[in-house]
Amino acid sequence: MAPNRTRSAGLRAVEATGRGTARLLDTFGYAMSLLSQSLYWLALGPRHGQKVRVDSVFAEMMEVGIHAIPIVSLLTFTIGIVLAIQGIDLLRPFGAEQQVGIGVALGATREFAPLITGILVAGRSGSALAARIGFMTINEEIAALEVMGINPIRFLVAPALLAMIVMLPALTIMADFVALLGAGLYIAADLGMTMSAYMAQTLDTLDVDDLMHGLSKSAIFAVVVTVIGVVEGANVTGGAEGVGRATTSSVVKSISAIVLTDMFFVFVAAR
Amino acid sequence: MTADPRAAVSDELGAAQPIIEIRDLVTHYGDREILSGVSLEIQRGEIMVIMGGSGSGKSTLLRHMLRLERPTSGSVRILGREITTMSEFDFYALSRKMGVAFQGGALLSSMTVGENVMLPLRERTSLDPETIRIMMRLKLEVVNLAGFEDLMPAELSGGMIKRAAFARAVAMDPLLLFCDEPSAGLDPVVSRSLDELIVRLRDALGMTIVVVTHELDSAFRIADRITVLDNGEILAIGTVEEVKNSPNDRIQSLLHRRLRETEPDPEEYLARLTGAQKRA
Repeated sequence: MAPNRTRSAGLRAVEATGRGTARLLDTFGYAMSLLSQSLYWLALGPRHGQKVRVDSVFAEMMEVGIHAIPIVSLLTFTIGIVLAIQGIDLLRPFGAEQQVGIGVALGATREFAPLITGILVAGRSGSALAARIGFMTINEEIAALEVMGINPIRFLVAPALLAMIVMLPALTIMADFVALLGAGLYIAADLGMTMSAYMAQTLDTLDVDDLMHGLSKSAIFAVVVTVIGVVEGANVTGGAEGVGRATTSSVVKSISAIVLTDMFFVFVAAR
Repeated sequence: MTADPRAAVSDELGAAQPIIEIRDLVTHYGDREILSGVSLEIQRGEIMVIMGGSGSGKSTLLRHMLRLERPTSGSVRILGREITTMSEFDFYALSRKMGVAFQGGALLSSMTVGENVMLPLRERTSLDPETIRIMMRLKLEVVNLAGFEDLMPAELSGGMIKRAAFARAVAMDPLLLFCDEPSAGLDPVVSRSLDELIVRLRDALGMTIVVVTHELDSAFRIADRITVLDNGEILAIGTVEEVKNSPNDRIQSLLHRRLRETEPDPEEYLARLTGAQKRA
């Protein structure tokens, strides 16, 4: 008689939990090794005569950053207006709607601009990275790179990581301004406040720490999105359908990870 | 660095020594044994065809020679050096002498044909861009793809993709060329032209070529020697004539399988088509 048939349901549950934990740790370890290898190639690649190519970093930056400007602007402008409307609505009973700029400035720079930008980039570029790496895996392109002596992490992952780490905070800075602009235009129209009064109030409220809080978060989001996209792509099996699954799963996981990281970061940084 | 890699290698290695030496290679996927004790020597300048049906382990054997898989036990020596245990940087140096044409071409789909061929030159040499461009055109000329350098891989036909993959594989003038199923999925005329290309590359450039295939016609046309692989075991290693005339039953059944399949029993065939039970 096989021993596993006599095991109780409780023992099987423990076993399943253990197996799941081991798999999770395995994935996490792989992600960390990807990250450290990317940083290794970025720093020490030139010493081995295998530098990370500047042109592919710029190509990634164009794709991740510049091409995302319209959609990031549109959404953060909208969020700015929404924050203004909600803020005025909330403060009116207290007769304090003139103070709405304070809430908008803090909310936009510390939370909404980095979060919306991170989620958009996860959806646009994290998924694209997963799909690209996944397709290259099933098409043997990754194997071809390896036998040509071209390290796939240096060639594909390091440029994407660098581009994300630079462009996501850059987009976030832009998102800060656009959100504040959107809010300002609405407040000026609704409360009859002048733009210069609004700007003075905003500048009075914000200090460098608020901006840095948002920017540090967005740099962490950049790492999270890149690593999840690459891990999902590299583990693709089962042809075109597998690539589709990896793409979907990379978006879901990146967005979840962004929100969880955000909470963790705020908990540590803001208390 | 020595100027000519071939000279450097013949210094390291006696001329009579095999260029690839595989000893007692055993490998598993999970619990399944894929290769059970494969030993094989490939000599300099020969075209060695590794032949077998699907599931015979021939692709796995190839992946071990490219260090894309690690064996359970056994050794793989290329140019006299053990590759299963060597460091990544040692293999990096060795991989300069190897070229691979994958089954599906494995051209990077985000680059043009020309950029694909130039990729190993750009990444692994310090030649100036103009020289690299000339070398790329030269290689495309060899595989009869001159003028196609600005096309994307998706714009090429199956046969052209394979030829472009050959051009990329020989871009660094390797000593050793590996081809995975060069004629799979191609019509007979295109497949024949690829076979001719393989023989021409060996004759013109003195390469050692390892071809993995299940196509008998192609194997018999190009091989100097054939290794017959079945179920993870080597059934025979020999010249085309030796393999054709082998008394081994399993080899003969592999060789004649296709013949048998084209001559089914008409009654059984009809029964199969109509879904009727075969009469007792």
